[in-house]
Amino acid sequence: MKTKSEFLYFALRNSKLRIGLAVVLLFLALALIGPFFTTFTVDGYVGPSSQPPSSTYWFGTTTFGQDVYTQFVHGLGATFLVGIIGGGLGTLIGVVIGFTAGYRGGIVDELLNILTNIVLVIPTLALLLIISAYLEVRGVLLESLFIGFTAWPWAARAIRAQTFSLRSREFIDLARLSGMKDWKIIFTEVAPNMMSYLFMTFILQFGGAVLIAATLDFVGLGPTQGISLGLMMNNAVLWSALTLGMWWWFVPPGLAITIIVGAMYIMNVGLDEVFNPKLREM
Amino acid sequence: MRRYFARKLLIYALTFFLAVTIDWLIPRFMPGNPVQTMLSRAHLHAEAADVMYGYFMRAFGLDLPIWQQYVNFWVALVHGDLGTSVFVFPTPVLQVILNAVPYDIFLLLPAILASWLAGNWFGAFAARSRWLDNTALPVGYILTATPYMWLAILLAWVFGIILHIFPIAGAYSFALRPHLSWTFVWSLFVHWVLPFLSLFMVMLGGWAIGMRNMIIYELEADYAHYLEALGAPRRLIRAYAFRNAVLPQLTGLALQLGVIVAGALATEIVFSYPGIGYLILQAIQNEDYFLLQGCFLFIIVGVLLANFIIDVAYVVVDPRTRTGMQGETA
Repeated sequence: MKTKSEFLYFALRNSKLRIGLAVVLLFLALALIGPFFTTFTVDGYVGPSSQPPSSTYWFGTTTFGQDVYTQFVHGLGATFLVGIIGGGLGTLIGVVIGFTAGYRGGIVDELLNILTNIVLVIPTLALLLIISAYLEVRGVLLESLFIGFTAWPWAARAIRAQTFSLRSREFIDLARLSGMKDWKIIFTEVAPNMMSYLFMTFILQFGGAVLIAATLDFVGLGPTQGISLGLMMNNAVLWSALTLGMWWWFVPPGLAITIIVGAMYIMNVGLDEVFNPKLREM
Repeated sequence: MRRYFARKLLIYALTFFLAVTIDWLIPRFMPGNPVQTMLSRAHLHAEAADVMYGYFMRAFGLDLPIWQQYVNFWVALVHGDLGTSVFVFPTPVLQVILNAVPYDIFLLLPAILASWLAGNWFGAFAARSRWLDNTALPVGYILTATPYMWLAILLAWVFGIILHIFPIAGAYSFALRPHLSWTFVWSLFVHWVLPFLSLFMVMLGGWAIGMRNMIIYELEADYAHYLEALGAPRRLIRAYAFRNAVLPQLTGLALQLGVIVAGALATEIVFSYPGIGYLILQAIQNEDYFLLQGCFLFIIVGVLLANFIIDVAYVVVDPRTRTGMQGETA
């Protein structure tokens, strides 16, 4: 119990963590609550075209008279969904493979290592491009799953290395001597010692998934239905918002992604300082 | 060292094999039949469509047994036959891609090297200096969190549309034809600046942060404390820390290649820069699947080559791998 309150104490004192978390929560709240308070529909042609931001159209309108703010709020939801599902799946696969490889060692480790290295070398986006190009109907959920299935290798490698160094500790030996089952040792002895690390891995996976999804959407292989922040930028560039100077169309989606992912990274630094006493007094 | 390279080459060979297999598998086992789609767009009579369907299935060799198709795919690949592009019919896909590759190299190589060097230098500089750390670090994190295409769009908007300093489309002026003259070289350069800059800036943040973290880690190591105790000058300790910290950064470069490729594709699309990224966009918009598959293979080959170069560089930089001692094994 003592250690928990100690972490909490340092967590509340850490300004990087506080600011990062506040920003992420703010955007999350907007993504969750925002869609209920928009007066317009996402794809509806609701107003005059190409209007700059005003009191009716907060972020202006597109060339077709769609409300940018409405699209933005709905797109935020898609971004968080991709981050949580894609990043979560990536972390999960990384954890399973990393734990198995690091704890088992030997031939299992060798094979999983080869698999990890192969998937690591293949550029995620190239693979996603070629898969998505052949899919006629694409959804945000499917996109997240694909991203998760391709994003795990570095996490697996990092977790394997951590597990490997934990495996030779005395308390693990003791657990093994007492006849504990392997998976139980992993969940009760190894995992708790890496909780902070796993959480930080998830944050990095979240950021990576959001950025990859944005790129995929921007190339034009995003969800065929609905809206996302990457798709908004894709539309903006496609309908020459750049040359027409319609900055309200392409600035908000990219800015939101940058702020959310950036805040998460900064939050990660804060978490690192909280969990790692060596870094605290700087 | 031989073991190190043998292992690496095995991984690369397996990766290439897998990539080619994926390239072959996806069109055949994904829902939807490209031939059917193509015919349905042509609005033919039912009988005519049947005849055409049979013709195209034979023409593409899709009526053969699956294993035969797979072998044929490899045979064609070995002969450099990646099919014919639909988008720039009847140019072979290989030719279309080879025309685009120089632009990719011209854009990516300087951007990667410059950002890596500058990022390492800056990160090492910022580490353990409270003032720089508190200002530069958040900037670095914001930069790595920036989607490549958004920064590219912003740069194009500010420097191209508002300030009219740089052009924002193509690799050279549309009024020129490629030839060797100062006008053309200047045009190439001017069109190159913005794509380069947007790639450079996003990557810079990542390298700086990585280096900064590694230096802090190294300065906590025993040898650093020992040197400190001996009264060695700060500069010397940092120089040693830097040399040690470069190794993980080199591994990081290999790990980041996939992300860099994604960034380059997006950047090229924003600036209509005629590299592979722009080709991919064209291929997608024109449903040119041969071209898309060719691009995929070329990206894989490029990344494998880059990985190999980094491996060689690693052996040069880290003497432990040369003497067969346990260095970085992965």
